[in-house]
Amino acid sequence: MSEPRGKGPVLEMRDVRKSYGEEVKVEVLHGIDLVVEHGELVALIGPSGSGKSTLLNLLGLLDRPSSGTLRILGQDVSEADDDVRTHLRAKALGFVFQFHHLVPALSAEENVRLPLSIARGRVSDADVPRALELLGEVGLSDRAKALPRQLSGGQQQRVAIARALAHDPPLVLADEPTGNLDTETADGVFELFRRFHRERGTAFIVVTHDPRIAQRCDRVVSLLDGVVVSDVRNGHAKA
Amino acid sequence: MIIEIFLAIRFLREGRGQSLLILAGVAVGVAVMVFLSALIDGLQQRIIGQTLGTQAHVVVRMPEEIVRPLLEPDEGQRIARVVQEPAQRTRSIVGWQRHLEAIERMPGVEAVSATVSGPGFALRGAASRSIVLFGVDPARYDTIYAVSQHMHAGAFAPSGTEAVIGIELAADLGVEVGDRIRIATAGDREQTFRIAGIFDLGNRDVNKRWAIVSLRAGQTMLDLVGGTTSIDVRVHDVFAADEVAGRIGSRTGLSAESWMQTNQQLMVALRSQSSSSQTIQAFVILAVAMGIASVLVVSVVQKQREIGILRAMGLSRQRVLRVFLVQGLVVGLLGSSVGSAMGAGLVIVFANAARNPDGSPLFLLRLEPPLFVTATVLATLVGLLAAVWPARRAARLDPAEAIRHV
Ligand SMILES: Nc1ncnc2c1ncn2[C@@H]1O[C@H](COP(=O)(O)OP(=O)(O)OP(=O)(O)O)[C@@H](O)[C@H]1O
Ligand SMILES: [Mg+2]
Repeated sequence: MSEPRGKGPVLEMRDVRKSYGEEVKVEVLHGIDLVVEHGELVALIGPSGSGKSTLLNLLGLLDRPSSGTLRILGQDVSEADDDVRTHLRAKALGFVFQFHHLVPALSAEENVRLPLSIARGRVSDADVPRALELLGEVGLSDRAKALPRQLSGGQQQRVAIARALAHDPPLVLADEPTGNLDTETADGVFELFRRFHRERGTAFIVVTHDPRIAQRCDRVVSLLDGVVVSDVRNGHAKA
Repeated sequence: MIIEIFLAIRFLREGRGQSLLILAGVAVGVAVMVFLSALIDGLQQRIIGQTLGTQAHVVVRMPEEIVRPLLEPDEGQRIARVVQEPAQRTRSIVGWQRHLEAIERMPGVEAVSATVSGPGFALRGAASRSIVLFGVDPARYDTIYAVSQHMHAGAFAPSGTEAVIGIELAADLGVEVGDRIRIATAGDREQTFRIAGIFDLGNRDVNKRWAIVSLRAGQTMLDLVGGTTSIDVRVHDVFAADEVAGRIGSRTGLSAESWMQTNQQLMVALRSQSSSSQTIQAFVILAVAMGIASVLVVSVVQKQREIGILRAMGLSRQRVLRVFLVQGLVVGLLGSSVGSAMGAGLVIVFANAARNPDGSPLFLLRLEPPLFVTATVLATLVGLLAAVWPARRAARLDPAEAIRHV
């Protein structure tokens, strides 16, 4: 593995709870503690409705915990204002959403380039080679000009994966990135994650229902009804 | 390219049908504005031009003599009285040279001319016509009325015992340039003048009754040696005539009347014409603004998910706001460019179609650049303002909420 990309954990979550609803509050996450180091490749597993996406939304700074603290790159973001959180999202995070959300008005290549464009504040041709290279990595070199609606579900998902890696973020959050992919393509995508993990020291949290994928991660965190029920590292239970 | 502009253009291009529709709406609105403004402006300029052809912008005279009753009624009392206005004599402006110079130097004033005028008769053989006799300094007078540009025959340079008269008067008396007429005034003065020129100022009454001689000859004829009865003023901006007249009045203590006061009826008509055209334009603008706003609101709702993704990827609220503001701006700018062209086309077609029986254009429709600049700036601004509400909605969207909805 390459040099760690920073001091301390890439994320640190302490006793985080999340409830939904105004009058009738339903608690979905019941006091989650989670620390992920730079360069860790973590699988997040659990049955449907166990709170995986909810947790990922909190980690991705899309939503705020009802209580508890969250630090990203050592910065406490539980109470930070929208500007700080937005900036951190642009700089530190890569997303693969559960429903592989691409921007329909932009071509595959422009979608992949988007994190770089957002970071620059403008759209630059200088970023095109990087975008094409990543599209090549996910096997879509020839579809660079295609619009999302001209791509299959699996192809869209691979574009979303390339996009999450474009700006080389220290932490990538992927919600069922291989859900729509056949075994071979899924393996290819996962290999790409591993390569970034190895070469760039990128930390990943990958939500997956695929045991083969979970097996090949450094660490497997299982969620059940909003509680972490196991946290296994390298095949051995951690603590 | 700035990312806001890039996204705005992509979003507009994506919703092509909607974008084209609203562009067409803006264009039609701007075309109506341009056409209406050109039409009303042309019409009004023509009417004002006709009116001011034979009228000074401001006429300065001695204040009228006012009768003041000796006894004013107390509270609750009434006094029966008959007030007899004095017969207003033709009175010379006291110290008119001084006033003339002072007025000439005032800001907003373009030209001044002292005139002595009074009633008289033009006689030739058995023919006799009632006239208004003007004694003027031809050079100065011409800067105000441009008589020299409306000469039917001869030249506008009356001196000594020469007179310049209207074309109808000349016809009535059966005279041509070089002929002689006699002019008589109230004080039993009578003098023979040679016709030096015949003018046609486009106004029947003027052409029938005006006779212009040199200032000195006029003063002698009207028994006002060394005097003048009015100072005519030309101003830079005809619509500032009121204001200039006010300043002249308070500065000189003389009575200064603008053409707007003289033609109040006309002014009322022009104003109500302008205000009804402005009302129509205001409603057009309102309709355009609502059109832009509603299309953008729909687009914000349709693009919830994209906005959520962009926000999730770290596009700031301000940038999202600007993406939608830019869309309003682009729609306003493009729409008004197309609309200006459409409006200009409409004006040209209309100007060619509406003609007098003799084939001359009925309207002088002027297509002036400021009109297009105003319309474009206005429409762009309206586009921007109309986008504010949708843009704020977009910026307020909660990314987690927006993404959840598949
Ligand atoms: N906005 C919300 N309002 C109310 N309840 C919510 C909301 N979002 C999620 N929940 C609830 O929280 C629980 C966890 O949902 P979450 O989407 O995190 O599950 P998940 O583990 O990602 O499931 P899946 O594997 O099906 O994607 C569910 O019971 C869900 O109904
Ligand atoms: Mg989920």
